[in-house]
Order: sequence, then structure tokens, then C-alpha cells
Amino acid sequence: MLVSVYRYNPETDDAPYMQDIHIDIPGGKDIMVLDLLQLLKDKDPTMGYRRSCREGVCGSDGMNMNGVNGLACVTPLSEVVVNDKLVLRPLPGLPVIRDLVVDMSQFYTQYEKIKPFLINDTPAPAIERLQSPEERAELDGLYECILCACCSTACPSFWWNPDKFVGPSGLLQAYRFLADTRDTATEERLADLDDPFSVFRCHGIMNCVSVCPKGLNPTKAIGKIRNMLLSQAT
Amino acid sequence: MVTSITSFGRSGLYDWMIQRVSAVVLLAYTIFMIGYMLFGSELDYQQWKELFECTAMRIFTLLALLSMAAHAWIGMWSISTDYIKPTGIRFLFQSACGLLTFIYVIWGIQILWGV
Repeated sequence: MLVSVYRYNPETDDAPYMQDIHIDIPGGKDIMVLDLLQLLKDKDPTMGYRRSCREGVCGSDGMNMNGVNGLACVTPLSEVVVNDKLVLRPLPGLPVIRDLVVDMSQFYTQYEKIKPFLINDTPAPAIERLQSPEERAELDGLYECILCACCSTACPSFWWNPDKFVGPSGLLQAYRFLADTRDTATEERLADLDDPFSVFRCHGIMNCVSVCPKGLNPTKAIGKIRNMLLSQAT
Repeated sequence: MVTSITSFGRSGLYDWMIQRVSAVVLLAYTIFMIGYMLFGSELDYQQWKELFECTAMRIFTLLALLSMAAHAWIGMWSISTDYIKPTGIRFLFQSACGLLTFIYVIWGIQILWGV
């Protein structure tokens, strides 16, 4: 098969370029894209990409495969290869450090903005802050995010305003803390989000939902934040 | 919190709500006009003039005109902040949009009450 990989080494290359590599998959098996990258790296050790857990838990190997963002380690070739060809690019919109490795600073800055931790100024109970099973169930579909950035880098609103729009991943986490009964900073959190950019740049095109490797729904969470802002307003 | 001084209402929620409410007004006006033209009796100058001489129709049209102005401003502002990064050019574009919208509103009022 033919693999076309985005290559860029700022120390030696003036500009990024696509490198076409023909490769035979051993035994013709349906391997994961990450396994294919390892085969490519065996051929050319200068190839750069991030990986760690290799089983869809750490979120390191988010990349653009034939135009669709996803985790290379849990994406089988049969899911993405078209006409025996695969185009691999770094996550769109973020600055490239080298080859398939992107600078995630803007993504993390947005994550930091939403204060991704429980805020509760009431005296701590002797053992723990309890939640009912129903209250805990509110966090399902929110806490599972692994911050791989596949969703935010598939979002045009994030491409155009990565410094102002929190992005689907950050907003999913914002709602995770808004929905948590143990958190007491709901008002402050909502006040921080009520500007024309942070939340309202989402136009609901649902790219985030279609690419999320964990099957989460940031658009739904954003709708819930909007409803909270609405019900809090007069 | 991102501060912004050129958006319609400075609050994202306010802009969002105005965008929705004005869309409903525009939809109602569009449905009314299409219905009037399709199902009204033969449309001639006299009938058209009578329609717009009616105060209720003038109020409805002015409401639609103001809704369009607000709707267009919020939309064009969003587009300009997405695609035009140099502040000077963006400000010029937004000024042109604002001026054009203002002209349309005043011109529209003049036409409406000039019937």
C-alpha cells in the first residue's frame, strides 16, 4: 500500500512536504495505524510521532488519517485506508514541532482556563464528599475524556480562534465540573464563559462528536452549558 | 472570559438569544409574505399599497427590518472575527457593515412611511 506522510524537521527543512512510501503489510493483516507507523519508523528512524499506551487510553497519538482525526493506536487500517492509500498528517490547526508531533500549548491553555478541578470552600467532611448514584451518573460521558485533542483540532471555530474559543474538549470538561454536585463555583464558572467566544463560537456542526475516539458528545455538553447560562440569566 | 467591545451585546448569551429571536421574527415575516403572494387575491399595485398602509403591517415590517439588522450584524461580526485577523482591516469591515445596516434601516423606515 501507499502511505503519504507529512514530514517536517524545522532544523533541516525549509517547508513541510509529503513523503510517499510504499510498504507491504506483513501477512496482509488488518493492523492498527500505529503499528504501520512503527513499520515506517523501522525503515526510517527519523520519523517523528507521539505514542505511549498504544491502547487508546493516554491520548498521545492523535493524528489526521485520510482527513479524519483519530487515535492511531485504535484505528485499524481497514477503517481509514481508501484505494490502498493512506495520508497521515498531524492534528490540524496546531503548530507542528516535527513530522506528526504538534505543539499542544494552545489546547492546554484553554483546558487550564476552565479550572479543571473541584472548587469547594465549605469545610471538608471527616471522610469524603458523598454523591448519590444519580448525581454520580451525571458525570458519565464527561469524565472519560483523555485530552487527545482530536475533537478541538477538528473544529473550525477552534482553528480560527484557538486563543479565545475554549473548544469542544475544554467545554466538555467545563460541563463536567458544572454538573458535579460537589463543586460550589457554578456561578463563577458560568460568569467566566458568558462572552461571545468561549462557548458561543460553537455553531453545533458536531465535528467533535464524529471524531471523538471515546464516543463522547461535546456538542451535547455545550448545549447544557448554554441552558445553564440561560436559566441563570433574567 | 474573553473581553470584546465590538460585539452586539458584549454578552455571548445575549447575542445568541437575539440571533434566535430575530430568526423567528424573520421566519414569521417570510411565511406571511410567501402566503400573501401565493394565496392573496390578484396582486396589483392598489392592493400592495393598501397592505403597506396598514399600521399593523408597518409595525411587522419594521420589526422584521430591525431583526434583520441585528441578525446580520451578529452574523457578520462573527464572520469578521473568524476570518479577518488584522485588527485595522477587521475594524474597517465591521464599520462598513454597521454603516450599511444603519443606512438600510433608515432607508427602510423612509420607504415604509412614504407609502
